[in-house]
Amino acid sequence: MNPWPFVIAAYGLTFVATVATSLWAWQRARQAERRAADLLERD
Amino acid sequence: MHVLANPRRFLAIAVPATPWCFWGGIALILAGCWAGLFVAPADYLQGHSFRILYIHVPAAWLGMGGWSGLTIAAIMQLVWRHPLASVAGRAIAVPGAIFTALCLATGSIWGRPTWGTWWEWDGRLTSMLLLLFLYIGYIALARSSVERGDAGGVSRVTAIYALIGALNLPVIHYSVVWWNSLHQAKSISIVRMSSSIDPSMLWPLGLTVLGFTLWFTAIVLLRMRAMLAENRIEARLRRMSRG
Repeated sequence: MNPWPFVIAAYGLTFVATVATSLWAWQRARQAERRAADLLERD
Repeated sequence: MHVLANPRRFLAIAVPATPWCFWGGIALILAGCWAGLFVAPADYLQGHSFRILYIHVPAAWLGMGGWSGLTIAAIMQLVWRHPLASVAGRAIAVPGAIFTALCLATGSIWGRPTWGTWWEWDGRLTSMLLLLFLYIGYIALARSSVERGDAGGVSRVTAIYALIGALNLPVIHYSVVWWNSLHQAKSISIVRMSSSIDPSMLWPLGLTVLGFTLWFTAIVLLRMRAMLAENRIEARLRRMSRG
């Protein structure tokens, strides 16, 4: 059995999960911190 | 640890530390994966399929490490009422669950060419699947306590649940000793600082484990920063509504 499709599938899955989690966490932090800063500026 | 109890002091450290952990982690992950795929020699028995090791082991390490972090956060919440402990618990849960799922998925993909099966109900695989269900339960409990508006984020029940769930960690660790398993016995001992893996195959694993750990830390810091900012927004809106 050729192992390379399995190796590529495992690395590909990890790559997609890593990128998606990074973008999600970064976007959520950026939005919340911007909104908090905007509210503070209104004071 | 109590020095970080003040959210403002925590943010003064977390904000500059986040990009260092993130980009340092990404650099180590890429270097480790490249070395694992193209530099490390093929295994004499498993051939090239052993290369999945370089992402499967960090995923398992962080799945279990994540729950260890939840347990420490729960103890700090219950014993010292550390104001950031419940935020840390909530921040760790989702990436911990993602890594546990990745560990199960990459292990299953590795199992097909190596064992001839995608899944086997043996001690190691089943206890790891149980860890994923525990994470899902924690996330649901934490979300419900936040929606109820419990002070500080997660309720005491959620923290106690994290402590009870920690009983599964030694079961996962010793499962390959206690029961007959398709899963190999442990090949690295942190306590004895020894490994049965050849050094030419071991060093890329060190890079990916360290890299994913740094990246995981960056994600937890980002999530904690987002939750603290959301708490500030909520507090401000509450004050504004009171006039």
